[in-house]
Amino acid sequence: MNDLMKVSSNPHIRSKSTTSSIMMTVVIALLPAVGFGICNFGLKALLLVLVTVASTVLTEFLFEKICKKKVTIGDFSAVVTGLLLALNLPVSAPWWIGVIGGVFAILVVKMLFGGLGQNFMNPALGARCFLLISFTSIMTNFDCDAYTGATPLANLKSGEAVNILDMVIGRTAGTIGETSMIAIVVGACILILFGIIDLRIPGTYIVTLAVFVSIFGAHGMDWPYISAHLSGGGLMLGAFFMATDYVTRPITKKGQYLYGALLGILTGIFRIFGPSAEGVSYAIIIGNLLVPLIEKITLPKAFGKGGEKA
Amino acid sequence: MNSAKERLVNGIVKENPTFVLMLGMCPTLAVTTSAINGLGMGLTTMVVLALSNVFISLLRNIIPDKVRIPAFIVIIASFVTMVELLLQGFIPFLYDALGIYIPLIVVNCIILGRAEAYAYKNPVIPSLFDGIGMGLGFSVALTCIGAVRELLGAGEIFGVHIMPESYVPVSIFIMAPGAFFVLATLTAIQNKVKIAGERKGKDMSKIQSGCNSDCMNCSDSGCAHRLYDEKAGEGDKK
Repeated sequence: MNDLMKVSSNPHIRSKSTTSSIMMTVVIALLPAVGFGICNFGLKALLLVLVTVASTVLTEFLFEKICKKKVTIGDFSAVVTGLLLALNLPVSAPWWIGVIGGVFAILVVKMLFGGLGQNFMNPALGARCFLLISFTSIMTNFDCDAYTGATPLANLKSGEAVNILDMVIGRTAGTIGETSMIAIVVGACILILFGIIDLRIPGTYIVTLAVFVSIFGAHGMDWPYISAHLSGGGLMLGAFFMATDYVTRPITKKGQYLYGALLGILTGIFRIFGPSAEGVSYAIIIGNLLVPLIEKITLPKAFGKGGEKA
Repeated sequence: MNSAKERLVNGIVKENPTFVLMLGMCPTLAVTTSAINGLGMGLTTMVVLALSNVFISLLRNIIPDKVRIPAFIVIIASFVTMVELLLQGFIPFLYDALGIYIPLIVVNCIILGRAEAYAYKNPVIPSLFDGIGMGLGFSVALTCIGAVRELLGAGEIFGVHIMPESYVPVSIFIMAPGAFFVLATLTAIQNKVKIAGERKGKDMSKIQSGCNSDCMNCSDSGCAHRLYDEKAGEGDKK
């Protein structure tokens, strides 16, 4: 029987990439953002990152032990979830916020729906929105040793001037991982070079948001205003690391363009017409929920089906 | 009064309208922001349910079959109006808290469901107890959901502070998503208990005592008799 398994008429090529190697690359790509966050916000940020990652991994391990399932913490997907969630927390958050978020992300959003590959929503973003609704005052308190006051996007919304250079480098108030555009783009370049993600979703997302902001932002083609929208808030982190999540994005190419455009429009609506300054996480979550519909309308036609009716 | 006791147990445990039959989800999710609201809604529904069951059972030989649903609705709506006015007069805080969901008791599918499935086919006394049992089951379920949501979302139960001072309320639990989380978790626990009971050989099936073995015209899809009918070819039919 073993010989039979090796029978090979076609020249099959085995891909070396596995779930754990892909997830490991994502972890490496996230390290610049994590490192910058720790430099920027101090050791408390490191502590929060460690606590959150530990809680996601431990939750997955315990759930699988208790339910007598195969333990899958070796694929590092829980580590990625924990890192992304931690990057979405403000540094002033107490440690138990990371624990509650980590448990919610893995237990409710991921494991209860069947584990990796079955979740209908990005676990880290699901947990972030859970925390944002539950502990609004903690999650929107960006005061810390280095910075006080509102985030650049909040300033932008209230009509105050913002420093674009600071926003690109990351010297602003915000969550641990979202502030530095440079660090995130470095990580995104790693992902693109290794072929983990492509530019279809992030590209359409960012371009659509830029177009939307220039049309509806009441500033016209004001370049500093648009670039502040692009470099502020969680857009870069969301576009490159969360919207491209394999599990919760559309599979078809056409669907991916549609998905990116949808995210851009939703984010624009939330940022400009919504009550709060930021809307990336809600946009991506709503986009996740619409993915089955997007896939339905962009499903390629089977050969010989659906042609012109004579 | 064996039948009465059996109807009560059936309503509270075996065919709990919320956790087993999954009926009346709209008030269940909407008003259970606190334990007292849940209890109030449950008891209000119980009163309407018991009274409408009694009257529908009394009138079951008079109501023509073809217009039974409008007739049920008229009876139920009359009692709901009475209860609504009583609440408005004597328990105004509950009336304000429940709001639109009091008049909506008219279209609560538990009440119409029990009228159609039980009261219309059975004598008065069992129908009364069926209504009380179902209403109690609904009250227990709503109070449980309300208590858990209030405890997590505000740190209180029935307005009494339970959690320590340092506890930060998880306010999502008193908002709409919290209702789904708590309902799903409590239903899962209930199913776990039920499956564990079945393993020990206890009878957990939902056979209605008023069953006339007419599965063709019975609306209870979870009824154990249905299984026997479908498997009739495989073994001996009970």
